Amino acid sequence: MTRYLLKRVGYMVITLFIIASVSFFLMKMLPGSPLSAENKLSEEQQAIVLEKYGLNDPVPVQYVKYMAGLVQGDLGTSYQFDSTPVTKIISDRIGPSAILGAQSLIFGLIFGILLGLVAAIFHNGFLDFTSTIVAVLGTSIPSFVFAGLLQYGLAVQLGWFPVALWDGGFEYTVLPTIALMIFPMATAARFTRTEMLEVLGSDFITTARAKGVSGAGVVFKHGLRNALIPLVTIIGPMAVGLMTGTLVIEQIFAIPGIGEQFVKSIMVNDYPTIMGTTIFYSVLFVAIILVIDLLYGIIDPRIRVTGGDK
Amino acid sequence: MDKLLDVKNLKISFNTYGGEVQAVRGVNFTVNKGETLAIVGESGSGKSVTTKALMQLLPKPHGFIKEGEILFEGEDIAKKSDKDMQKIRGKDISMIFQDPMTSLNPTMKIGNQIMEGLILHQKMSRDKARERTIELLELVGIPDAESRLKQFPHQFSGGMRQRVVIAIALACNPKLLIADEPTTALDVTIQAQILELMKDIQKKTDSAIIFITHDLGVVANVADRVAVMYAGKIVEIGTADEIFYNPKHPYTWGLLGSMPSLDNEGYELTAIPGTPPDMTDPPKGDAFAPRNDYALKIDEELEPPMFKVSDTHYAATWLLHENAPNVEPPESVKRRLKGISNTGSTPEVAKDGEQ
Repeated sequence: MTRYLLKRVGYMVITLFIIASVSFFLMKMLPGSPLSAENKLSEEQQAIVLEKYGLNDPVPVQYVKYMAGLVQGDLGTSYQFDSTPVTKIISDRIGPSAILGAQSLIFGLIFGILLGLVAAIFHNGFLDFTSTIVAVLGTSIPSFVFAGLLQYGLAVQLGWFPVALWDGGFEYTVLPTIALMIFPMATAARFTRTEMLEVLGSDFITTARAKGVSGAGVVFKHGLRNALIPLVTIIGPMAVGLMTGTLVIEQIFAIPGIGEQFVKSIMVNDYPTIMGTTIFYSVLFVAIILVIDLLYGIIDPRIRVTGGDK
Repeated sequence: MDKLLDVKNLKISFNTYGGEVQAVRGVNFTVNKGETLAIVGESGSGKSVTTKALMQLLPKPHGFIKEGEILFEGEDIAKKSDKDMQKIRGKDISMIFQDPMTSLNPTMKIGNQIMEGLILHQKMSRDKARERTIELLELVGIPDAESRLKQFPHQFSGGMRQRVVIAIALACNPKLLIADEPTTALDVTIQAQILELMKDIQKKTDSAIIFITHDLGVVANVADRVAVMYAGKIVEIGTADEIFYNPKHPYTWGLLGSMPSLDNEGYELTAIPGTPPDMTDPPKGDAFAPRNDYALKIDEELEPPMFKVSDTHYAATWLLHENAPNVEPPESVKRRLKGISNTGSTPEVAKDGEQ
């Protein structure tokens, strides 16, 4: 197990190195420079600033310098905000995004699984069709459409929740969370329904029923765990979808999250912030994938990683 | 003998897009305490469906009991609600399934799968259930039971898994054990072991067994009585000796003729021509008539009633009618006849629900 983990972490580091390198050069290919929007500075002043940030060096030199800093955990300082370290920008901004992402993933999965279960149990009934329609709408309509509708309906018309902004209160998280969770919910519902139907038709479910297990016991004790195995696979891409999804949602709800910051930094060519955020997202992504692979083993004993003697 | 199970005129149908499939069309049989009844017949004859109906395990909502009674210890369980059936399933009646590779939950430790029924029906504490589970695993011949119960099904071989399935079925000392082709998915040496095990267990626990199979070799090995099913009906029922050595129904002749046996060395195996009828629209007369070399004209018009051959032996064929021509069974069957004489002078029509 330890060996397996070490190996996986090694691969993660290699993956991250490749992502960092590719993003670095791609970013450098973006047109313009951090100073292209600046008109107030004279030519000499601009030269001094470029020199200070090392932007006059050839790109490979910049790359080596950046990677050297990265290895030591130094993501550089932002160009926009008075030499604030990028790590601080990320840690300041991560809060709202993390809350939104986690809330929408958790609620989306819970509601999605429930919806899928209901559909499977009442197969071909009214509830099944309702849940299928919800799932199809949820997967096909983009989250920003829901965001707009929610803002208009629940905030402007009914006044139940604030229209936008972020004040730390729970009520500010409700609408963006709903807008974000629709997609994971719909996807989870579809998967759970299909898998559950298949599992409920399998022989071991008959064995369980022949043992005298009740209907609920059959679904939750015997069915659910087996139906969840394929669902775990899609949680990874789903979590990533939520990360990128927040970019748009944070803009619409004017939430000071990391996604909003990310978009802004690309606009003004704030290289260290772009790199920092990209690397942060990547770390998150590979970590989620590792967690999912470990989750497989917990849910399904057949793919559990053994000590290497097998 | 004490009747444990008495099935009366059981009819089971399935609703499909193609119409109503009459899978079982009026089946009567009894099972006495401690005996083994084998139900044989080819695929689609309704043998599995009959036994699934006994436990109300028919696939819902398509399959349903259309008519008839299932008296278990005198109580009609055909009309019981699912909730009431949950108390009977696994406790009084339990089932061993055909394919051990798929009939165990792959994500549950086998110990827990066996303990589940004990905790459910006998309200045992986990510790007690664990002790009983170890006992059960030893009973079905799984060595090192203590550590085995922490393992998952994929760590067991096919034969071992079937032993676990049997242990699950035996957990609460059921009065009736239904074995739905328990050896079909196993190789021959393991088959023999499992059959020995089942016989052994029956001796120890004195439970009745309904043994479904299409393997007549297995039947000869385990059964006290045999019911032959064809197209949703029992066409012949009797003690194992009567069915093997004095069969009366042409379908039973066909089955026996197609069974390889050491006595038959040097002879060709026969096959029953044709296929079973479409059960959405069962034929008017005898369902077996189109495939039957010995069919009489009346077979196409009128379904034969059950004729009583002896107190224990009944067969539904017009050949037993007093006006029927004297038809000799085929050579392959004659070689088996051991001269068990008919007890009744001439077979007569059995009264309703007699058998």
